[in-house]
Parts: sequence; structure tokens; C-alpha cells
Amino acid sequence: MCHVTNAKNGVNLPSGNNKILLTGDGVRRALTRISHEILEQNASSDDPVLVGLQTRGVHLARRIAENIENIEHYKPVVGCLDPRLWRDDPQVASGQPLMPSDIPTSVDGRLVVIVDDVLYTGRTIRAAMEALLDFGRASRIQLAVLVDRGHRELPIRPDFIGKNIPTSRGERVQVRMLEIDGEDAVLIGEEH
Amino acid sequence: MAQQSTLSPSYLEQNMIGLQTRRHLLDVDDLGASEISGLLDTAEGMLEITARDVRKTPALRGKTIITMFFENSTRTRVSFEQAGKILGADVINVTASASSVSKGESLLNTVKTLEAMQIDALVVRHPHSGAPYFISNHIDASVVNAGDGTHAHPTQSILDLFTVRAHLGNLSGKRIAIIGDILYSRVARSDIIAFQKMGAEVVVCSPNTLLPDEWELGSTLALESGFGRLQIAKSVEEAVDGADVVMPLRIQKERQDAGHLPSLREYSARWGIDSQKMALANDSALLLHPGPMNEGVEISSEVAHGSQSVVEEQVRNGVAVRMAVLYTLCAPGNSVSAIRNDGNSEIK
Repeated sequence: MCHVTNAKNGVNLPSGNNKILLTGDGVRRALTRISHEILEQNASSDDPVLVGLQTRGVHLARRIAENIENIEHYKPVVGCLDPRLWRDDPQVASGQPLMPSDIPTSVDGRLVVIVDDVLYTGRTIRAAMEALLDFGRASRIQLAVLVDRGHRELPIRPDFIGKNIPTSRGERVQVRMLEIDGEDAVLIGEEH
Repeated sequence: MAQQSTLSPSYLEQNMIGLQTRRHLLDVDDLGASEISGLLDTAEGMLEITARDVRKTPALRGKTIITMFFENSTRTRVSFEQAGKILGADVINVTASASSVSKGESLLNTVKTLEAMQIDALVVRHPHSGAPYFISNHIDASVVNAGDGTHAHPTQSILDLFTVRAHLGNLSGKRIAIIGDILYSRVARSDIIAFQKMGAEVVVCSPNTLLPDEWELGSTLALESGFGRLQIAKSVEEAVDGADVVMPLRIQKERQDAGHLPSLREYSARWGIDSQKMALANDSALLLHPGPMNEGVEISSEVAHGSQSVVEEQVRNGVAVRMAVLYTLCAPGNSVSAIRNDGNSEIK
């Protein structure tokens, strides 16, 4: 089992300067759509392994797995991954405890969908793909994100997007999740 | 496994500060409880990596770590080397007997020579207490104490915490019995401090000759002693009674030669941990030993390899804990570069 904690983005933004981009219902609809799209695009292939990136990506992956279970008659395997040790900029999360990684099945020859909350520079996803290779040779790797905020620094493109949000670099996108923050929402505020 | 309750945002903020300002690991006594928890949590993630088919990460790629051992060691040296290599660092092992130290080079000159080779961390074991601290004052690299004299063995105590936490969960209120050579043991000193910091209750038992002079059998130390409310039991039976962890320490044969012990056979009969003494502890009690074990002296073979023994697990966990330590001290963006830029060289 994955042990999930609220380490990533653990410091909450002060409320007030934040604009709500997605409400709880919005998050739910986006995840439902992503779940359908994952099934649609991979109709003929095997069932996917969902790998959530610590920490909010893991909760998102679990919800997508539940959605898929409601639509089809199986529940995809959910794994978790902390790609920090594979980052080219480890200072981003330095000082926070490393989170456990656990993929409870072999990924050899399987379709793997990496799930994360916000796609920004793409560096986390690069690190995650490299970390994933040590678990085996997936037949295909796809990427699902709740929010794509632009400003890519690497040639990485998501396959499934909850919402495109044009941002400036000075802004900060925060995904709040029921399991960690007590509510589902996507907020945008100024970096401070 | 990581405990949800300890990972509140305020905990993380404190913890972040703690980990980011650290440059050396010289002793457990200057680590805060939250910083120790952070290392234990990170070690959980590292343990998973050590269990994979592919045990390699690029986290410390391009970093050079030197292990310099002025005393013999198998498990500590190998586990530091393995930890560094799994994290992707280049690890170079220096043993004093095969180095210029045997030609009479001073410790300071040896260290300066190594530093000139652009190293990022120096892991030191030395027979003299305080040698790693001395080195840390003369070097820009991170210094990790791998055991110095009778002073400290911080990574051993962190891996002992890690092993006990994995089995018993929260350490708070747990009773830890440490039996043996308390006077000369750096493991005893570091473990007493580390377990107390995490809220455990520590009791020691040893022949009177292997206790500090001012410690009286049957007493509890005052807080000001630097060892918290350490209990000194009159007998092994009293110490082990109701314990959650029983930890006999290695009796070095030199102690007998120095007149501290009448004979190893007498030590074994009175202070050695056998299954009868172990039966006084809690049913779920763990048996730890920092190794190497003298079976038949401080521990019977039956207990050493019994169902309560987690000795081999300690060794396995040692690699993960040392990965967490090296990563915390050496990863880019962690302490070293930030402190170098400030010109502040005295943060331990």
C-alpha cells in the first residue's frame, strides 16, 4: 500500500488573494472526463496501471481508478512514486522527507498512466519517467494531469488534461484535495 | 511507515528548516526530534529503493564521498559505501593502515590532502572522541561521524530508532533496556540520547566498573545530567522486566584485560542475555545488537538468532538510514552550498 501524506506544497496559501479556477464539482467532472478518455484511447489494449506522483497525484490516481471501476468492471492497479531522487533540480523539494514509492505490480509490457496535479515545466514528469524505467519496461507511458498551466521547459505533452489554465510565471497554482486539504478546488494566486 | 499525524504543515516547516541548515552529522545530541523524524521518514523511502531489482538513483551523481576508517569495521563502512553508490555518488574508501597515515602523516594533513581533491562528504571513524568535530572545523565538505572513540555513533542510533519504529510504531513511552559496557560504548551514549529525544524511556544495566563513576546503581539521573531521566538498574532482570527493546552491547575483550571484568564467563552468567532473561521482557519485545556479536558472552546464540532478534534487519536498515543522511547532507540545494555562500562555517 502507498502511504500518502501531505508533504508536497505543504504550506498553504493565505486565503483572500486566490481566485478559484475549479470548484469541487469542476474537479469531479474533470476527473470523470479524464477517466473516460483513458478508457476510450486505450480501448483495445490492456488495463492501465495508474501511477500517481506524491502527493496529490496519488489521490487523483485513486479517484480515477474508482471512476474506471464504476464505468468498467475492474479496478486498475494504483501505484505511487516520488521522483525526487531523479530530478535535475532537487532543491525544489529539498528539506522535505522523501515519500515512499510503490507500484504493486510489474509494469513490464503494461500501459502506465502517470497522474499528477499540475503540469508546469515538465521536469517532474521527466524525472518520473526515468524513475519508472527502473520498475520495468512499460509498453507505453501516458500522462494525465488535472491542470496544465503552460511554461514547459522540456518537450513533454500530456495525453489527458483536466483543465488548461494560462498563467504567468509569477502566479502559483494550488490544487486542494479533500484527502489532504479538506476540500476539492483549484486556486490561483500570486507567488510570494 | 510514514505517520500521517507527524506530517502537518507546521511540522514540515520546522523540519524543512532543520534539514536545510545542516551540514555535518557529528552527534545525535544536536538533532531535534522533528529533524530525526524527517530522517526516519526519508529512510522509509530509501528502504524501498534498496529492495528494488534496480538499486540505483542519480540523486548524488557527480558527488564524491570518501570513507576514512581509522578503526576496523565491516557493516558501517560497507553500508556507507553501498548507500553512497545507490545514490549515484562516487565512493572512495581510505583505510588508515593502507594510507599515508601509516607513514606518520597528521590527521589534519591527511584531511587537507583529501579536501584538495574536491570531495563533497567525508565519512570518518576514529578511535579518538572528537576527531570528526576537529575535522569539520577544517574542511568545507560535509563530515559524517561513523563512530568516534567513546563519544558518538549517530547513524547507528538513527538506524536503531528506525528499526524499532518499523516494528512498534510510535517510540513514545517505549521502554528501552541497554545492557553492557556503558562507560566506553559510543553506541550506548548515542542510543540513550536518541531514544530519549523520541520520547522513549531508557534503562541501562552494567557492571559497576563499566558505568561512569557518578552513576549509582538503582538511581535515576537528573535532567541536567545530559542523559535525561536515565534509569540505572541494579540487575539485568530489573532492566529487562517489561522492556519493549532489549539491547546487549558487545563486550570488548580488552575490558577484561584492563581489570573491568573478573572473567567473561562471569559476565555472561550475570549480564549476558539468554532466553530466560529475554522472557522477562514484553512478549512483543525486540532484540537489537549493534554488532559484531560475541555469542556466548553478552548474548546467547539462541537469543541472537531467535524470533525476537532484528539484528539482520538493523544491518539492512543501516543502508537506508545512511542513504537518508548522505542525501540530506549532500544533495544539491540542501545545506552545503547555501552555507558556503553565506560564509558561515560553524553550523553543525
